[in-house]
Amino acid sequence: MAGTSGYGKFTHAVVRGIPDSFGKSKATGSDGEEVDLAKAQRQYGVYTGILRQKLGLQLIEIPADSTLPESWRVEDTAIIQGDTALITQPWDKDRRRETEAVRKVLEELKLRVVDGADDESATLDGSDVLFTGREFFVGLSSWTNHKGAELVADTFRDFAVSTVPVSGAAHLKSFCSMGGPDTIVTGSSEGAKQALKAMEQLTDHHYEILTVPDDAAANCIYIRVGSNNNYLLHGSTEEYPESAAAFQKLTDYTLLPTSCSETSKLGGTLSSCSLLINRRLDL
Amino acid sequence: MMTTETGLESEVKKEPEQAEEQPAAPELQTQAQDEPATQQQVHPKQEHTEAEKPEELTDNKETLQSTTGEQPSGEEHTDTPTSPKPASPSAQTSPGLGKKEKEEASGKGISRFLPPWLKKQKSQSQVESKESLGIGDPVKEEGDVQEKKSEKEEKREQGGEDGIDKPPEVQRSLPQDSKADEKEEKHSISSAETQPAKETRKDSLEKDVDLKEEKNGAGEEIQKKIKEEENVQKPELKAEKPPGKPSKKMKTVVCKVMMLEGMEFPCEVEKRAKGQVLFNKVCENINLLEKDYFGLTYRSNSDQKNWLDPAKEIKRQIRSSPWQFAFSVKFYPPDPSQLTEDITRYYLCLQLRQDIASGRLPCSFVTHALLGSYCLQAELGDYDPEEHRVGYISDFQFAPTQTKELEEKVVELHKTHRGLTPAQADAQFLENAKKLSMYGVDLHHAKDLERVDIMLGVCANGLLIYKDRLRINRFAWPKILKISYKRSNFYIKIRPGETEQFESTIGFKLLNHRAAKRLWKVCVEHHTFFRLVSPEQPPKAKFLTLGSKFRYSGRTQSQTRQASTLIDRPAPYFERTSSKRVSGSLDGAPVVRVTDHNLVDSSAAEINGKGDTAAKDNGKEPGTPSRTQLELSQESKVVEQQSDGTTAAATGAETSEMEREEEDSQLQKDLDKTQEGVLKHQASISELKRSFMESSPEPRPNQWEKRLTTTLPLLTQGSLEEEITTILLSKESFSNCLTGTFTTTAKRAAEGAGAKAPAESLSPFPSTRPSETLDEKQKSEMGEEAEVEIEETVIEEIRRTSKVKNSPDTTESPAAAIMSGEGEKEPEEEASKASTSSESHSESEDEAEYHPQVAVDQIREETEENDEELGKECQVPAEQQLEEIVLPPPPEVQGIADEEKQECKHLGEDEARSSPAERKTEQEAEKAEEPKVNGEVSHSVPEVIPQVICCSEPPVVKTEMMTISDTSAAQKTEISTKEVPIVHTETKTITYEAAQLDGSGDGEPGILMSAQTITSESLCTTTTTHITKSVKGGLSETRIEKRIIITGDADIDHDQALAQAIKEAKEQHPDMSVTRVVVHKETELAEDGED
Repeated sequence: MAGTSGYGKFTHAVVRGIPDSFGKSKATGSDGEEVDLAKAQRQYGVYTGILRQKLGLQLIEIPADSTLPESWRVEDTAIIQGDTALITQPWDKDRRRETEAVRKVLEELKLRVVDGADDESATLDGSDVLFTGREFFVGLSSWTNHKGAELVADTFRDFAVSTVPVSGAAHLKSFCSMGGPDTIVTGSSEGAKQALKAMEQLTDHHYEILTVPDDAAANCIYIRVGSNNNYLLHGSTEEYPESAAAFQKLTDYTLLPTSCSETSKLGGTLSSCSLLINRRLDL
Repeated sequence: MMTTETGLESEVKKEPEQAEEQPAAPELQTQAQDEPATQQQVHPKQEHTEAEKPEELTDNKETLQSTTGEQPSGEEHTDTPTSPKPASPSAQTSPGLGKKEKEEASGKGISRFLPPWLKKQKSQSQVESKESLGIGDPVKEEGDVQEKKSEKEEKREQGGEDGIDKPPEVQRSLPQDSKADEKEEKHSISSAETQPAKETRKDSLEKDVDLKEEKNGAGEEIQKKIKEEENVQKPELKAEKPPGKPSKKMKTVVCKVMMLEGMEFPCEVEKRAKGQVLFNKVCENINLLEKDYFGLTYRSNSDQKNWLDPAKEIKRQIRSSPWQFAFSVKFYPPDPSQLTEDITRYYLCLQLRQDIASGRLPCSFVTHALLGSYCLQAELGDYDPEEHRVGYISDFQFAPTQTKELEEKVVELHKTHRGLTPAQADAQFLENAKKLSMYGVDLHHAKDLERVDIMLGVCANGLLIYKDRLRINRFAWPKILKISYKRSNFYIKIRPGETEQFESTIGFKLLNHRAAKRLWKVCVEHHTFFRLVSPEQPPKAKFLTLGSKFRYSGRTQSQTRQASTLIDRPAPYFERTSSKRVSGSLDGAPVVRVTDHNLVDSSAAEINGKGDTAAKDNGKEPGTPSRTQLELSQESKVVEQQSDGTTAAATGAETSEMEREEEDSQLQKDLDKTQEGVLKHQASISELKRSFMESSPEPRPNQWEKRLTTTLPLLTQGSLEEEITTILLSKESFSNCLTGTFTTTAKRAAEGAGAKAPAESLSPFPSTRPSETLDEKQKSEMGEEAEVEIEETVIEEIRRTSKVKNSPDTTESPAAAIMSGEGEKEPEEEASKASTSSESHSESEDEAEYHPQVAVDQIREETEENDEELGKECQVPAEQQLEEIVLPPPPEVQGIADEEKQECKHLGEDEARSSPAERKTEQEAEKAEEPKVNGEVSHSVPEVIPQVICCSEPPVVKTEMMTISDTSAAQKTEISTKEVPIVHTETKTITYEAAQLDGSGDGEPGILMSAQTITSESLCTTTTTHITKSVKGGLSETRIEKRIIITGDADIDHDQALAQAIKEAKEQHPDMSVTRVVVHKETELAEDGED
């Protein structure tokens, strides 16, 4: 069933701890910026605490693996919609091993796990995939290519899968995310505008657009609890004062400022640190 | 296929010579008439007598049935009963004999042909006639009806299964009027006709009155009509029932229609029946009322699936392919829950099951399972562990590749649906299926200009571009300014974005030109169905351009929805066929039953209580009429269009549009898009203006666009855009202008009428006059006309309208109409003759354009701005302009266009033409008819005769239009100036004046005098005559350009054809000299399949 009018409903969250090797990956985009491992782990703790306690999600934490310095970015490893999970094929071959543990977890959750990695030339990072509840947008970025996008289309056949060019060193979700069932939060950079324009061109639906000054702040996590309790994790006021103010426009929302300053130095985002799953136990 | 294109250009100083030319023509016409008359009444006079009668009948019916709806949906009827000899008479007017005629007779056809105002007038006139005749009295009407019945029966006996509902008596009783109306209409349309002033006067005078009356009393009239219709229908039903099957005379063919249930439904139709006939029978068989979402497909020789055009003859579409069809969903309703009847949803479900099982509609595993479980629930009911044991579902196919896992999942879900009724299960099925991203997307293989394989998906919202299942671009209908194809290339012109300055044209390469045309048609249809309030008129046929005039002629979604609200029948019982077994589940036996199972639709909708009897009647005359009655007149019109289908696509479109506009006004409210449309429209105008001003508009794509366009390279639009621009502008302006002009013209017409009065006297009874008489009359008329010149022109136009409206003087009018028509037409006929001799059969439809948004916007705007009536009138001119404008592109000979075929149909290709004379006659007849019928595609247009030109010149009208242009007048004017000169052929009007006014008018405004297509078994000849007249100082220079396109599978003797063409041209215009002859020969690998 294609449409999910109830976008934002989640029952589980898969996360992975910050390894000691945090920040020691060659592939990260940090410009020699010093990362504070301890702080990162503290922020991770707060983050998981919010997911578990504030949002009531069942948290599945995969132990950190120091041999996989970027494994905390679990979002890149799988794309989950409904009961189906697509194991991705990260562009960085060093990261492909990250999917193994994630796959196990997903299989344990009895999701239909689809392994898209039968074509070596296909690259797909989960953070390039935006699921709006109605359709998929796959950013064609430095990490995700056309064939990778095809994996998404082949796996989630009910949905339109549109490709969106992403310029620069960014994933699609580096500057946009879902802020509600039909709301897209987007940044203000030129790249973000271009991508948004592309999405608006490609979609059959109408989305409300919430534009925030900072691209990074545009990545947030929307979760609906109960019938109509809207929660939004977004960047902290300290990091993005202007953007944080923009979220005040969202009425009937419980705003949960969450800091991820350390992971963001490595290209991480709020959403990149978890895989959200809506898995009803009865099925 | 071999194609020969011969272009003759002769420049001569013309002055009033026209008169001379005309005289000759009449003779030919007369001859032709005589011959046809014997059999088919092809000739004008005979036609008038006979054909007109039918028409009259139709008219009467219409009036009776619905004032507004003027046209009964009688198309089906007409269609079913193939004309005795399809042949030639293509002449629109040809009475019941020709199918076409029949259709026309049904009234739809006629109305279509008539310009909007004419229609109104007609309706008015009809009403008036009724009143005058005592129609107002139900008794009388009934009597007429009965008479009709009897007549019908007679006809049946005679003509076989014409199935013409039109009662002969009625025809007779009202014949004059109706005839006159028809003829008048045609003539008026034809432009060059010289009809007697009598009619004009009356008409003109009456017109004004009529219009008023219509406005005021529309409601009453409708009611009356409805009552009348009921009366009529009942009697008709009785009469029709007996002759259930087509007469023996008619050749029938048994079609095999693969139904969605998986069984084959054999259905017997007349060999020359139009698609609508078969489709209606199929829908009757399954008791489907909401049939506008469905259609019939056939496989061309190339094994391509094509939609059967309801408006065209089946035979011409399928060609050599077997008479095998498939009933399927054509337009997938975005929200199936809005369908009125469960039975409709059921068939949609069946279609979707097919789509899913075949993989055409991709689904995820979970969705396959869920949808499959609803299928089980609908077919098997609640899960019963005892009854439903392992493997009970293995006979069902839920997915292209069905795994054990899937089946288990299906069963698991099936258990959860306990309690759902079949209808509920279907509804749930649809609720889930409709969300699938590929739901309702019609995919076409294509390549972008970089030769990369892509898929073009046409859906309710627009055009989707896929590459490897990934959506890489999307063009919503509002973003698309124009859709066109040329050869194997398909183009869409995109409205520039907010930040962009120029519109861009994106091209795609299809496999071949047939694929391109197929895609184009699908786009046109989807756009019209989902986006427009009412169908758009087809471009006027017969122009220089041979491009496809195809337009969707059926109801739009909004129309069908509205119609559905009128469905008032108990939920029909239908048996759900198990998808696992193939069996004739439906009550309807496979046997062909023409009358038995009629569409419950019309009857049900219209008359709740009528029940079976009504249904029976419907069989002959498709329920359309009844529906019409029930529905508002507007809708009825639409219905008519559909049913009329025969000519509908090309010809009818115009009229339909006109009417539609009226409808639009009503419907507009409902459509959310209205405002949008207007805005867009404005936007488009400005855009156009921009592009127009900028010599070379080249889109500057940003990155995103680049990416998108990389695959779909932007084409510099140059000429194309300009064309478009002009078109748009003209359209916009036209509405305004029309309103304004209309009044003035009417006045003038009235004045002019007086002058022409003598002519009227000349023409008494059309029926059996010897050709000689006609000629004399014509001559006399011609002479008069020649003298009158400009004013006459105006008058003529008026006449047309008036004629249509006022038919009281029928006796006189018909004759007059004939006269005028013949005289003018003769030249054309000659031309056509030449083509005929070659016997080629050509449809060059390699190219076609479609301006989606424009239409919408215009319609809306018009409705808003203008009164309905005015709008109608206005529309006509606009259409003309459009067509002409579109024409510009050089005709390409290659394609055999269906539309052209339609034209050919009129000519009566099927039947062998024994002698050239006959052919001529036929052609002539057609020509004559053509003028009457504005919309008809097939007919050649007004002839080349200079006189005609003068007469036809509606410069006044155009001028007015120019002036009138409202809002963005300045912009419009600029652009329009150039284009304005081009007036629609049908109208016969070419405005030099307009050009002058603008001052900027560059090219000489040309008039398409005629465009005819003659089709024989293997060849098709299309002759297009274009006359350009320019006045320099006191002298007028006339340039006639004839383009003859011969297309056929067989070898063509090109030399002979050329010689013949030249010879004829010389004969036709002895005073002119041939200055240029261009022969273009094109040989193409034969592609089967028209579409």
